[in-house]
Amino acid sequence: MARTAVPGRLTWRVATLTETTALTATARRLVLDVPDWPGHLPGQHVDLRLTAEDGYSVQRSYSLSSAPDSVELAVQRVDDGEVSPYLCDVLPVGARIELRGPVGGWFVWRPTDQAPVTLVAGGSGIAPLMAMIRTRALEASRVPFRLIYSVRTPDDVYFADELCHRAREDAGLDVKIVYTRRTPEGAPEPPGRLGVATLHTHGWPAEFTPMSFVCGPTGFVETVADALVALGHDPRRVRTERFG
Amino acid sequence: MAIVSPGFTGRRQPPEVRLPPGQYLAEDFPVLTAGPTPRVPTDRWELVISTETGQRHTWTWQQLIELPAEKITTDIHCVTKWSKLGTRWKGVSLDVLLEDVETAADYALVQSYGGYTTNLPLEDLLDGQAWIAYRYDGEALTPEHGGPARLLVPHLYFWKSAKWVHGIQLLLEDEPGFWESAGYHDYGDPWREQRYQGD
Repeated sequence: MARTAVPGRLTWRVATLTETTALTATARRLVLDVPDWPGHLPGQHVDLRLTAEDGYSVQRSYSLSSAPDSVELAVQRVDDGEVSPYLCDVLPVGARIELRGPVGGWFVWRPTDQAPVTLVAGGSGIAPLMAMIRTRALEASRVPFRLIYSVRTPDDVYFADELCHRAREDAGLDVKIVYTRRTPEGAPEPPGRLGVATLHTHGWPAEFTPMSFVCGPTGFVETVADALVALGHDPRRVRTERFG
Repeated sequence: MAIVSPGFTGRRQPPEVRLPPGQYLAEDFPVLTAGPTPRVPTDRWELVISTETGQRHTWTWQQLIELPAEKITTDIHCVTKWSKLGTRWKGVSLDVLLEDVETAADYALVQSYGGYTTNLPLEDLLDGQAWIAYRYDGEALTPEHGGPARLLVPHLYFWKSAKWVHGIQLLLEDEPGFWESAGYHDYGDPWREQRYQGD
């Protein structure tokens, strides 16, 4: 008799890597085929489990960067990491990998929520926010979105073409990219850190009671979340996801 | 049966390092929080333990740090997979704080400045298993890591060790906290890998 999943229980599923492309020189996009994927809320993550020949296994969590109709991860290669270099450089298309999820019910955007949304990403923190942008498009939502995305240089922008395209085509989506080390040629502003002024100008004002989602390295998230609170945002409407 | 990942060798820990299943060793101290970091000045800080009959026991910051404190060296395990070994803390045992609290409660709901909550059985707070910690690694506990004071209950996944602890409500019935209402395990024993509901 086939084993049936207990409702509410997260069972391990077998996923197959179907496609992988470079996002930047140090990050890759992995597309997985997961039979009977139940869908997810944008912002949720999955756990991956890797097992070596001798049975040694490890687990890691990755945010989903896709809308609920597919399973895509954006993996930043950490050079001395145990898992990310394997996922970026070794795992071949067609290989199977164990996965469970989706997980997490807090750092999620629900398309039924009509409040305007400010998204603030630092580096690879764009992944779960990209899932929100894509879900908004998939659902043909009219909720106004503003993305502020901090990267070191133009070469570090994940989903650069797609974001450029969506900024033009997705009505109600604004995209502001902040370069901290080097700007594109001819940019009007010098490189600089994301500060209160940029959040004030390119995010929604506190009076609109937006929902803010902030994702990136710890120091970045601390700074941005503090700045949003200082700008008058209700701390309960500032949701954060940190790594590193 | 496990699926072997082609070409994956991994990085094994030496046999003397014992980690719960699915955990890896972290050298730094990652920060995990669902929202902005609350900043609570110690002159306005207060700890409130309330019972099922509505009795309240409160401590100011000064009263807390005058209580007998312990130094604790312990391993901590985060549900996001990192473990950190031999972390050093200083704090007041919940045995001391609960000594004069009369209760028939079996459960506790811990509340933080900023609105975070987490639940656990009362017995997991007793018998030298839990502390209100206010120093980490020889220094005052920083706001990012839960300062001025956090709950430390290291035998459970670290989300149970509520940062910015403000209150402990003693209850006759279990009431799920913040992550426990969002799909995470009610109890959270890392050695039984109780990460999510149903684990």
